[in-house]
Amino acid sequence: MQLSREALLRAYRQMKVIREFEERLHVDIQTGEIAGFTHLYCGQEAVAVGVCEHLSVEDKIVSTHRGHGHCLAKGCDVNGMMKEIWGSREGLCKGKGGSMHIADVDKGMLGANGIVGAGAPIAVGAGIACKIDGKGHVAITFSGDGACNQGTTFEAMNMAVVTKAATIFVFENNHYSEHTGFEYAVGTQRDIASRAEAFGMKVWRGDGTDFFSVFETMREVLEYVRVPGNGPAAVEFDTERFFGHFEGDPQRYRGPGELDRIREFRDCLKNFRKSVTDAGVLDHADLDALDAEVLAVIEESVAQAKAADRPTAEDVLTDVYISY
Amino acid sequence: MPKMMYRDAVVTTIAEEMARDENVVCLGEDIVGGMGTPGGPEAIGGIWSTSTGLFGKFGADRVIDTPISESAIMGAAAGLALSGKRPIAELMFADFIGVSLDQIWNQLAKFRYMFGGKTKCPAVIRMAYGAGYNAAAQHSQAVHQILTGMPGLKVVMPSTPADVKGLLRTAIRDDDPVIFLEHKALYGMSGEVPDDPEYMIPFGHARLSRAGQDVTIVSTGLLLGFCEAVADRLAAEGIGCDVIDLRTTSPLDEETILDSVEVTGRLIVVDEAPPRCSLAGDICALVAEKAFAALKAPPLAVNPPHTPVPFARELESAYLPSVDKIEAAVRKVLSYR
Ligand SMILES: Cc1ncc(C[n+]2csc(CCOP(=O)(O)OP(=O)(O)O)c2C)c(N)n1
Ligand SMILES: [Mg+2]
Repeated sequence: MQLSREALLRAYRQMKVIREFEERLHVDIQTGEIAGFTHLYCGQEAVAVGVCEHLSVEDKIVSTHRGHGHCLAKGCDVNGMMKEIWGSREGLCKGKGGSMHIADVDKGMLGANGIVGAGAPIAVGAGIACKIDGKGHVAITFSGDGACNQGTTFEAMNMAVVTKAATIFVFENNHYSEHTGFEYAVGTQRDIASRAEAFGMKVWRGDGTDFFSVFETMREVLEYVRVPGNGPAAVEFDTERFFGHFEGDPQRYRGPGELDRIREFRDCLKNFRKSVTDAGVLDHADLDALDAEVLAVIEESVAQAKAADRPTAEDVLTDVYISY
Repeated sequence: MPKMMYRDAVVTTIAEEMARDENVVCLGEDIVGGMGTPGGPEAIGGIWSTSTGLFGKFGADRVIDTPISESAIMGAAAGLALSGKRPIAELMFADFIGVSLDQIWNQLAKFRYMFGGKTKCPAVIRMAYGAGYNAAAQHSQAVHQILTGMPGLKVVMPSTPADVKGLLRTAIRDDDPVIFLEHKALYGMSGEVPDDPEYMIPFGHARLSRAGQDVTIVSTGLLLGFCEAVADRLAAEGIGCDVIDLRTTSPLDEETILDSVEVTGRLIVVDEAPPRCSLAGDICALVAEKAFAALKAPPLAVNPPHTPVPFARELESAYLPSVDKIEAAVRKVLSYR
């Protein structure tokens, strides 16, 4: 384990913030106070954090409908995000975007996205910009096993190769697109990376429930893509989603005991804790202290979101260049 | 007449037509729900429950669960239609026309004309549209103004469960591509529905849902109910409104609108899409041109503002035309002379 104690604590804390943010939303959504469609990222934290811990604000990411984890990992403000999801005018997007459209371009977070497959082409443009600027920065698009079937994703992969964009396609395979199984919808069966390979990209694969697998894989991917002239790369992480597709999904497509099993054996936070304590680099008390601190952070964000200013009818007409 | 929900009227009509004509096939994302999962096919029907039970009845060849590939879904509908089938393709959200528009606009809509009338193109594209769920800018749009402006497409916007049944059957049996717009907020609406398996409503025939002498209110879809509420409110004050449910925006029933305005001399058109180049603007222009002499007030369009659909509850409700805004518009046209 080459990571410093500080880096390990930071990575754990980042994953824990995402976990508790989402667990708390799962509870609060049931009260009916939060409007709209919400897709929770619980279970996939190691991917967002294992990727984004390598990035600076100069590196860009483009996210999906399941974007909270990517946003938090890229440095979006917890309180600003919680307020946005609660629809406050103090939210990161003034309550105009909500859960599916959180963005913070100054942080290199070019937006969650409600359109499946829309992110990949945007990351090609951002990756071309990185190439032109020649400073070794990269643009990363996160896509699911469902999004990988969208023509936009295919076009983006080919165009990234042809233009030698500094773009990384991160595929998070959680085995479901909405209520449809990966094996049904992806013709290549158990593999998305091989598609990317067929487009002419160098590809990697990793375990998306293991922070260290993601982090070490991404170290190699980034070393490669940051070299000017190398062009894009793709990586597939096998992972799990702990909640339904959206909040309210009865999940009848799951197998008996499936959720218990993945929570028991495929939980990136549990896996992380076991690795670092077994290796003796951190002890339980260190992590317990972070757990408590993070819970307080989330509690505070909810308190702020509830107390924050609500938007008014006048706000509808701001941020447009012309209104009728 | 039996009572039925709007969404059930969709499934029932599709099932009746699939049983009647083996060329009718359905395709769309998650319309079976559960394919390739431990729960198996139909573990969960489509997210709107507008395809429940079809897979069990008609099988995988005719009820095709697709990957997330809207462009290919619309293109496949076009190819099926050119090959003797009668596809019913579902776009989960109308907003996703963005991903698939070429196949709808440059392909499906144009075949018959471009090919010199040598082919039919009997495809139905169903899609859930509209605001009211705080689903934000990419999952809430009303898209009829875009599609109505495309030559070659018929565009249907049912406002009641009975109209779903009568209009969807007409759509499935029609030999041209038909866009069938289902409002998300109406799926749970219950109403009486004829159980005649031949019940059909012809396109281009509007429905007069309230009758009055003073103002003509034209609308369709979710907002029709708002207009009816306004008419009922004003009736108590002795103000009479004709409320016209267009049912189809293309073909457009000009006659019913013009006949009404000839009597009332006042028109408001209530439309869920933004104002520029809109259905409401179009109908106001029509009336200004063809019923000018009858007008006692300028025709008035009631649209949301020219912005994307916002997320927060307060913003979305300020965005949508409301009963109060519609009532204010009626009072405004009444205030002229
Ligand atoms: C263009 C488009 N088609 C369909 C949808 C509806 N939809 C939202 S998420 C989703 C499934 C996406 O699956 P995947 O890419 O595997 O991501 P996951 O939900 O597993 O994170 C679908 C079908 C959409 N939002 N946009
Ligand atoms: Mg998935």
